[in-house]
Amino acid sequence: MTTATTQIRLGAEAPKKTRTLWQNAARHILRDKLTLAALLVLGLMTLLCVLGPPVVENVLELDVNRTSIPDKFLAPGAAGHILGTDHLGRDQLIRLLYGGRVSLAIAYSASVMTILIGVALGLIAGYYGGRVDDLITWVVTTLSSVPTLFLLLIAAAFWTPSAELLIVILALLGWVGTCRLVRGEVLSLKEQEYIAAAQAVGVPNFRLLVHHILPNVLPIVIVTMTIIAGNLILVESGLSFLGVGVQAPTPSWGNMLTDSRSYFNIGTHLVIWPGVLIMVTVLCFYLVGDGLRDALDPRSSWRLAE
Amino acid sequence: MSTYILRRLLQGIPTFFGVTIIAFLLMLSAPGDPIELIAFNPTRADPMATEILRRKLGLDQPPVMQYIYWLIGNDWTRVDTDGDGQVDSYGERRGLLRGDLGQSLKHRRPVGELIMEKIPATLLLTFSALILGYGMGIFLGILAAINHKTWVDQLIRVFTVIGNAMPQFWLGLILIIILSVNFDILPMSGMRDITRRNGGFDIAETAKHMIMPVFVLSLGTIAFISRFTRTELLEVFERDFVRTARSKGLTNRRVWWLHALPNALIPVATFIGQALGTLLAGAVIIEKVFNWPGMGRLVVDAVFNRDYPLVMGSVVIAAAMFILGLLISDILYTLLDPRVRLK
Repeated sequence: MTTATTQIRLGAEAPKKTRTLWQNAARHILRDKLTLAALLVLGLMTLLCVLGPPVVENVLELDVNRTSIPDKFLAPGAAGHILGTDHLGRDQLIRLLYGGRVSLAIAYSASVMTILIGVALGLIAGYYGGRVDDLITWVVTTLSSVPTLFLLLIAAAFWTPSAELLIVILALLGWVGTCRLVRGEVLSLKEQEYIAAAQAVGVPNFRLLVHHILPNVLPIVIVTMTIIAGNLILVESGLSFLGVGVQAPTPSWGNMLTDSRSYFNIGTHLVIWPGVLIMVTVLCFYLVGDGLRDALDPRSSWRLAE
Repeated sequence: MSTYILRRLLQGIPTFFGVTIIAFLLMLSAPGDPIELIAFNPTRADPMATEILRRKLGLDQPPVMQYIYWLIGNDWTRVDTDGDGQVDSYGERRGLLRGDLGQSLKHRRPVGELIMEKIPATLLLTFSALILGYGMGIFLGILAAINHKTWVDQLIRVFTVIGNAMPQFWLGLILIIILSVNFDILPMSGMRDITRRNGGFDIAETAKHMIMPVFVLSLGTIAFISRFTRTELLEVFERDFVRTARSKGLTNRRVWWLHALPNALIPVATFIGQALGTLLAGAVIIEKVFNWPGMGRLVVDAVFNRDYPLVMGSVVIAAAMFILGLLISDILYTLLDPRVRLK
């Protein structure tokens, strides 16, 4: 009898509905038109690059590697070549689609790998402190005092990597910023009382890290990952422009610009299109990152879109 | 203050050693035997001479000794040049720490000399971009913060986001197409010829060649610094001392220029070291776009020629400049913000 009444009263006092951080964020994003649009464009771009090539090849009867010297430098709109052809007479549209596959694959997988390395080392350095922290911090400061592009350039040129190896190299040299960020977060989280409470009841270190600290750094990590994905597309294009990124004949948006400097008199369309696609994609990644930052951090006073 | 600088200098030492280790490991793990690249010179094609040279350079030693020789040289120790088990003459390296970066394999000249030759052009480019980036960035940042939540703010935001999302070299190419090819207003390259022809700088000519590369290179800095300035300013506007200044009855202009701005700019100013590092790296690509005769091109060529001593030397020099930049940043911080000094 008494238990029943207490329950009823508690039920009346409890808030009607509690939302988790993630539900809140989802609601926030659904109302944020710009972020939604950016997500949509990214999704469409990815779908097009993944599913598009076979369709386009069949419909327009093209082949990505077929060269045809008489058809070189055709302007966009030429018969059978919607976006024109390049210096070897290859169709630009189909190359852009295949190139997008490579560029996006690099962006997605290298950003995930970067984050995994950065978060793991950041958690360890921040949580355990001491010698381990000193060592990781030393590696971080050292790696971040050499311009990353130098190291990438050297690594890429010495081993002339495949796209897969390039992803690994990009991740191995790119985790530094994330690690520093996560370490800082963990250092301040460690001072919180609920961590002390968890330690007091004897929660083992690993469980504490995974169940109590990781969920709290996750929002900032997800935001960083989006920004990194955008940066990676830029880095890949820069490396390919220098001739050490993805190697021909595999197209990537970056290496489609490699030779463009030598023929911009006749092939302006070959310079414009890959660049525009890079710009739009990177822009979308950045906008999604900004949107997520607003959505996931209720305290964030710095809102870019207002 | 001086103890702080000294401590900060000492902190730079382990970082510098870390960099030398990275450079050395890169070379060690690179494919190919460096001595064969050196010995490819016809005058040294004799296998016996090659072997002697290998020993004189210490390249027959285990990696740890090679690293030590590279760092501090081996001319202070006797080496066994002819392989008979007896030490007979001194080594040929003076070592990185004593200013010897080795010989370039391709150019057959000291690496230090080559880098020193190319560095002025790169510094001209990066420092001009730094000045433009900070000037424009701070200007746009102030403009955005003062006009917070109006179309001006929005416009600047769109500009900065797009400026960040573009590959810089691509913007360079587009500008060349428009300004050099179509309208023929600015030269697209040829800086190399100027330095060669005149040996020095013809200011008007040089400036003309600098407009596009400097603008393109500084774009990232402009975007970043303007956002940074805007955020800091908006934050400072909320602070108590600004409210006090307002309630004292000071004019808005006085509050902005004398109270808010100096405080907002401290973190922006101390970012100068990182900004310089980013620009140095960015210059590598921009120099290729505009055929700029600087260190970037030297490095790219060295990497392709597998000119290991030149590559290692460039990495170490670039990192040293970057570490120096960060050091200056930190010192600047303590000079500008007394609170840091007290900690």
